[in-house]
Amino acid sequence: MSIRTTDAARGEGAAPRAASDLVNATFRHWSLWPCLGFLLALSVYPVVQLVPMALSTIEFAGGQAVWRFTPRRNLDLLLADEVLRDAIVNTLVFVGLSVAIEMVLGFFAALFIACLPRGRVFARTIMILPILLPAVAIGSMWKLMYNYDFGLFNQIAGALGIEPGNWLGDTRWALLAVVVVDVWHWTPFVFLILFASIEALPQDVLEAARVDGASAWQMIRLIILPLLGPALAVAAIFRAIGAFKAFDQVYLLTSGGPGTATELVSLHLNRVFFEQNQLGYGAMLSLTIIAVIAATIGVARWAAPGGDRAVAAKAAP
Amino acid sequence: MIPLHGRAAWIGYGVLALTILFILGPTAWIAIQSIKYQIAIFTGAWVFEPTLDNYSDVLFSLRSDLVHNLVNSLIVAAASTVVVLVVGTLGAYAIQRWHRRRLFARILLGWVLVFHMIPVITLVGPWYVLFQTLGLYNTLAALILTHVTINVPMTMWIMLTFFNEVPAELHEAATIDGCGDFTTFRRIILPLVGPGLVSAGILSFVFSWNEFAIALNLTARDTATVPVAIARFAQQFEIQHAQMAASSMIAIVPALILMAVGQRFVVRGLTIGAVK
Repeated sequence: MSIRTTDAARGEGAAPRAASDLVNATFRHWSLWPCLGFLLALSVYPVVQLVPMALSTIEFAGGQAVWRFTPRRNLDLLLADEVLRDAIVNTLVFVGLSVAIEMVLGFFAALFIACLPRGRVFARTIMILPILLPAVAIGSMWKLMYNYDFGLFNQIAGALGIEPGNWLGDTRWALLAVVVVDVWHWTPFVFLILFASIEALPQDVLEAARVDGASAWQMIRLIILPLLGPALAVAAIFRAIGAFKAFDQVYLLTSGGPGTATELVSLHLNRVFFEQNQLGYGAMLSLTIIAVIAATIGVARWAAPGGDRAVAAKAAP
Repeated sequence: MIPLHGRAAWIGYGVLALTILFILGPTAWIAIQSIKYQIAIFTGAWVFEPTLDNYSDVLFSLRSDLVHNLVNSLIVAAASTVVVLVVGTLGAYAIQRWHRRRLFARILLGWVLVFHMIPVITLVGPWYVLFQTLGLYNTLAALILTHVTINVPMTMWIMLTFFNEVPAELHEAATIDGCGDFTTFRRIILPLVGPGLVSAGILSFVFSWNEFAIALNLTARDTATVPVAIARFAQQFEIQHAQMAASSMIAIVPALILMAVGQRFVVRGLTIGAVK
């Protein structure tokens, strides 16, 4: 009996003892190699590679990439890029609006549903659906609903006697229309985080407030919101990051149009890289974006030390 | 929380009903469109003759490659999930157990954080150049490698949280009983973090299955995945609404299955760290 347990404890019983000893003795080192390898080869190396790319003009001739060293050219392009300016403004509006709406809707949905005697688990199950759906499928969904001729919105507008809107084709509506899609996609994520935090609130505090005669509004404002502070911050930061990275649905819905009405930074970058084939300028743009993000993280760390761990501890795409 | 009573409860249920309508409405809408003839879609008919023609068109007609795309998506999602679980779990364990205070572990974790905030499209350009050089451009292998790279951070964070919850005494007990490091990991620790593996596995699979920005630019016709195929239906000279709806419905099947059977793990994986 004891022989069998030691055999099992040694690892694969059939493996020669020396080999399994070696595996065991070096495990603390080689266990790190795979993830270091991936991070170095496919995320650090590409970022480093961006530097020579950003200083070059890369053209394709006969299937071969031809690099020319042109250190100033891409910087000049960056400073003169008017579409980029539109894209930055659009991205800021997109991020600000969608995060604000998602936070408000997510908070109130979580608050009300957490207080229901029944139906909470069911609500949570339904709410994870948008998070799991392919963004491209969500894009097609809303493309059908926004359609001018037969979409749901214009059918409703028609039934109510309102003039139909060209939601995705009108510069006044297009950005708002893609914000609505992001709200549909990601409010459930805010809901999930706040819902779990609300369920974990200390019961005695809430009970004491109620016994003391606090109104519902007083309880929300003076007790629940302050206690939820960290969760609200995490949800907002994650949604801001996610909204900043938004690409798939917007690509499908408008591809940045009409004109530059919904051109986001990510869409612009994709266009520069893969539609205009400007690998050099694209690299310059990428480096700029990465530098801005790194600076933002630096400022955030300085403003709220330790906060990044709470944020880092949670990773959605 | 304090349960609502009386009129407040009715308002609460009203919010619940609205929320569910808001979530399920668009999904139901596209499901309905996918079983309409093209002409019924264009007239916006509410009463129509249901048909499965759109599905058979996207799956079996010569104009569509969707079956091939589904196979590609399945290969990429499954392979990248397996690799990411191995890589992420080993890395998280090594850091949590031995290297937590080392500078390079901190740099690694900091990098993971920065990497998570960078729009993936910033890296697709250099990846494109890299894979061209290696001769891996337009292969499923390249897509698998990139999907592993984008999902490693999430997997490592989920697994770190689970490893943190394993009592340190278990390691000591196993060592005293004569287990080597790898044996302890394989026989004692790994079985304990099963739920973490399921959470990370489900999310990695779904995110790989859904991934679009990389697949759009690193694949061509024979390696395209399902999201790329859907985008083609939506982006051609004339939008093919019926095909777009049907292929989208097919693409959301994994999400529906995982929502039904894995919601506990999905919620855990998504909210880990955000909620104490």
